[in-house]
Amino acid sequence: MSTPPDNPGPSSAASGEEERERAAASDAAAGSGPRVPSGRPEVHAEAAELAEPLDGAEAARPGEPAGPARSGAGVPAEAPAAGRIPVRKTYKLYMGGAFPRSESGRCYPVTGSGGAHLANAALASRKDARDAVVAARSAFSGWSGRTAYNRGQILYRVAEMMEGRSAQFAAEIAETDGIGAERADELVAAAVDRWVYYAGWPDKIGQVLGAANAVSGPYFNLSQPEPSGVVAILAPPAAPLLGLVSVVAPVIATGNTAVVVAGERAPLPALTLAEALATSDLPGGVVNILTGTTGEIAPHLASHADVNGLDLTGADPETAAELERSAAQTLKRVLRPGGREDWLADPGISRMTPFLETKTVWHPIGV
Amino acid sequence: MEEQADPIFEYAPAPESRAVVRLRSSYELFIDGEFTPAESGERMATLNPADEEHLAQVSVAGEPDVDRAVAAARRAFEGAWGAMPGAERGKYLFRIARILQERARELAVLETLDNGKPIKETRDVDIPMVAAYFFYHAGWADKLDYAGMGPAPRPVGVAAQVIPWNFPLLMLAWKIAPALAAGNTVVLKPAETTPLSALVFAEICQETGLPPGVVNILTGAGATGRSLVGHPGADKVAFTGSTAVGREIARSVAGTDKRLTLELGGKGANIVYDDAALDQAVEGVVSGIFFNQGHVCCAGSRLLVQESVADELLERLRARIERLRLGDPLDKNTDIGAINSAEQLERIRELVRAGDEEGAESWSPQCPLPEKGYWFAPTVFTGVTQAHRVAREEIFGPVLSVLTFRTPDEAVAKANNTPYGLSAGVWTEKGSRMLWTAERLRAGVIWSNTFNKFDPASPFGGYKESGYGREGGRHGLEAYLVHAA
Amino acid sequence: MTRETREVAVPETVLPPDPAASNTSLRALLHGLPGVDEVGAKERAADLATRSIKTGAKARAIDLAIRMIDLTTLEGADTPGKVRALSAKAVRPDPDDPTVPSVAAVCVYSDRVAAAAEALAGSGVKVASVATSFPSGRAPLEAKLADTRLAVADGAAEIDMVIDRGAFLAGDYRAVYDEITAIKEACGDAHLKVILETGELATYDNVRRASWLAILAGADFVKTSTGKVAPSATLPVTLIMLEAVRDHYAATGRRVGVKPAGGIRTAKDALKNLVLVNEVAGDGWLDPDHFRLGASSLLNDLLMQRTRLSTGTYPGPDYYTLD
Repeated sequence: MSTPPDNPGPSSAASGEEERERAAASDAAAGSGPRVPSGRPEVHAEAAELAEPLDGAEAARPGEPAGPARSGAGVPAEAPAAGRIPVRKTYKLYMGGAFPRSESGRCYPVTGSGGAHLANAALASRKDARDAVVAARSAFSGWSGRTAYNRGQILYRVAEMMEGRSAQFAAEIAETDGIGAERADELVAAAVDRWVYYAGWPDKIGQVLGAANAVSGPYFNLSQPEPSGVVAILAPPAAPLLGLVSVVAPVIATGNTAVVVAGERAPLPALTLAEALATSDLPGGVVNILTGTTGEIAPHLASHADVNGLDLTGADPETAAELERSAAQTLKRVLRPGGREDWLADPGISRMTPFLETKTVWHPIGV
Repeated sequence: MEEQADPIFEYAPAPESRAVVRLRSSYELFIDGEFTPAESGERMATLNPADEEHLAQVSVAGEPDVDRAVAAARRAFEGAWGAMPGAERGKYLFRIARILQERARELAVLETLDNGKPIKETRDVDIPMVAAYFFYHAGWADKLDYAGMGPAPRPVGVAAQVIPWNFPLLMLAWKIAPALAAGNTVVLKPAETTPLSALVFAEICQETGLPPGVVNILTGAGATGRSLVGHPGADKVAFTGSTAVGREIARSVAGTDKRLTLELGGKGANIVYDDAALDQAVEGVVSGIFFNQGHVCCAGSRLLVQESVADELLERLRARIERLRLGDPLDKNTDIGAINSAEQLERIRELVRAGDEEGAESWSPQCPLPEKGYWFAPTVFTGVTQAHRVAREEIFGPVLSVLTFRTPDEAVAKANNTPYGLSAGVWTEKGSRMLWTAERLRAGVIWSNTFNKFDPASPFGGYKESGYGREGGRHGLEAYLVHAA
Repeated sequence: MTRETREVAVPETVLPPDPAASNTSLRALLHGLPGVDEVGAKERAADLATRSIKTGAKARAIDLAIRMIDLTTLEGADTPGKVRALSAKAVRPDPDDPTVPSVAAVCVYSDRVAAAAEALAGSGVKVASVATSFPSGRAPLEAKLADTRLAVADGAAEIDMVIDRGAFLAGDYRAVYDEITAIKEACGDAHLKVILETGELATYDNVRRASWLAILAGADFVKTSTGKVAPSATLPVTLIMLEAVRDHYAATGRRVGVKPAGGIRTAKDALKNLVLVNEVAGDGWLDPDHFRLGASSLLNDLLMQRTRLSTGTYPGPDYYTLD
């Protein structure tokens, strides 16, 4: 890792912290909106109007009232009247099981749906992407070598950890996407359930996709799926939590390891998810999360010779085509963006199969 | 070498604490989510077979209790449970799996007390696998469309399940986990001599908030089992136990609409070729017949060893058996525990007498048996032929019959020369010979260079008179599903 | 159950009259040994590792383990002073407790033998020396022989040699055999421990074959590892080696010892090894003449466990000497 997890980093990172302090001060000065009892700010009603159109299920549905947002633990809060200054979270990258800042020392401001500053996220660089691939590769043999039962239990543990942080996730996506509390709860619950769904797959996918093949001759012939290796994932920007879980869980359930580029607009839920992953017995490096500009990072992942698969779900069609061309050089397994995704629908197995190889073993039968 | 007067390194007793188990003086039936006495008020005692200590009283369910339990299961099936989406159903099974993991040590000690098997086995094998069965099947609850057993899978309904005493909680898991995953409700009867872990499982069902009636536990003896499997409200019957009772059940459901799966006896052959890894083959033979005191339907009770290595293998085998530690099942170093009941001990003795009378040569290590309780020393019969009763009948105890063979064809012919067909083992370093042999063996599970391995993902069940239907794996779901025509 | 150790019959075919007549005859013998199934061997070792050794048995086992230790320092930075300090510890592991037995030997590089011999004179603790260009073994035979002879001349009672793993993996069993016999001869009366470096042999089949090869060439002990290559002494490897010496003893009546070395750091590790010896080879190997533990930090952990057993309280590392 080029940057130690808790290295304050070069001056730009320090200035990022200062900038955040300034933003917080101005937020506090604005003092807008009625307070919910916990002292957290309520999301502005106009937050439902999003800066860019969202095609994902996590966007507020037309006609659905944005409703009073619930307060959450993870959203920067203003100082309560009593005078205590809340301690805010620094959002960093997640790589190899640690939380380093970008080696570039850069960050970018993340705003809520209404344009309010929420936090600064690390602006990952080409070198961060490179380091993430190294972390994912070194985790691959251990992760794919674990028993399917063990992988399933760890994925279930992720669900347990997420459930315990539901309020924080709901507050974050409510703030980010300007949706109502009920809707946010629904999306968080669906994201938790998605881990449970995939927790059941590691020891079954081989039973569903594998086969004993009746070849003509005295041979034992068995086909089984195996993970492709390191998969780079462009997470869907419109669905920062449920969409993210829906693309990451199937990739790692089958034994791959992942380098995930979180949606640029709303990266904070991905980093909170990373905290759940880091406390779920998931080995470091199995999931690595980068925040930043997809346009800056993705080409390097698409062309990286040590990346085996590329999930382009979060790319727009034009970018996706360009990245797919780049990926062709090393014949990566590519999952193209599927257009409008209904993230609440039954996920099936179509997000696991693209990153599985089929291995067939022949062996003679005779005395 | 002669016996050492002062052994250099004799292990001191290392008993597992009983404090983790809070035994109650009496236990009731579990019907519709509540513990309830049998209407008749009848009770029976359950003992610790290692010292004949009275453990607790349990209710004996009669026909009215069976009626109540089946009705509760029907209500749950037609109510909350039947309407529940698979994903939510699965969450209850995940919860059960987690609580089983949390209460693992308590269950291990309880199982050892009630069954007599060593704590090493309940702690390291039985209970972890029980949790694994629930975890595995939890994942199927919302994936039944992928099981490949047919289109539009639906549950069968109310399952009547009767299980044996050799793996009390594990057999419960084999029955209940797939049934619930597929959306059925169950009425389960644990064995007469080992009811306690099933009743703690009932407490776990309460702890998970499982809707009432989804799982009902009826304790009792043979009569309870008969009235359960014969109940007209049961849509499906699942039985694990002896071939004789299995036949009786098959007759009783004949002509009805009830579905039936049977997992019955066995006389497994363990074939050791001359190129086998001998030290590991010895381990496999030992675990094949002495694991769980030989109370294993798939035990490798017939050793078929190639003549060219027979002497060497038997020497190593005897040396290894002398190292087995028989005694207090709660001692962490015990390899062989108690025989589960006086009745079973008598059956083992009778068959061993028959072996002696028919001219087979028996050998046991010097092995002092505890004075109280039901005990039988590991026994090896050599000079056994296919005609001997010890080569044909299931002993269900720590008794190994050794036969020899000269060619692979002869090994397969002898292995298959039995009405049973549950399991077999093949020991060879040559892959093609292993596959050749496995292909020809008429048995539901073939272990190669290993023995007595179980996994929730792996189907288990027999050919011929060892029963029909499979438990575990994708294939095990079929018994609990109906499909569009 | 009975405590006796049964002899295991090995057919005469295992030991031909002159197995080392040629590479071909050695190969025929070594490849004719029963194979080792990796999964089964690991399961057996893991099962034995669950044995629970308590109270009086544990106290006896701890003292036995101390008596079996080859207290080792094999660093480029070793000085005569370091060797003297270690020797003092070997003789009297706990200065506050005279009931603690001495260890079996102090194991040092050959140029530190003189210092160790002087420090241990009259104590009953032997000097063991690694020789033959430890740990790689990559040196001309003449150098290895000189290394060995000088160590013996300086007072080493035991020589720990490394085999030529390159030759073994290349199938040149005769070269390995000849080198061991040459070193054995150079040892004179000193006991020869032959280090297989099992971490480089990669398979359990190779461990079994290398054990037999070393035993046939005259090894007094077979030893797992140099401690400089990972993995070093694992339980399955020690299990395979114990099976080899057991089977060889049954065939010939000569009892070869076993020494796991490297990675044995805790009393628990030591006890697991003793359980293996007890249940695989038997009582006959439960003494320092036939089983050793190559270790350094192990000794202090055994001392702490000893204190724990006798006082009932957990001790801290500050109460035990560093060397």
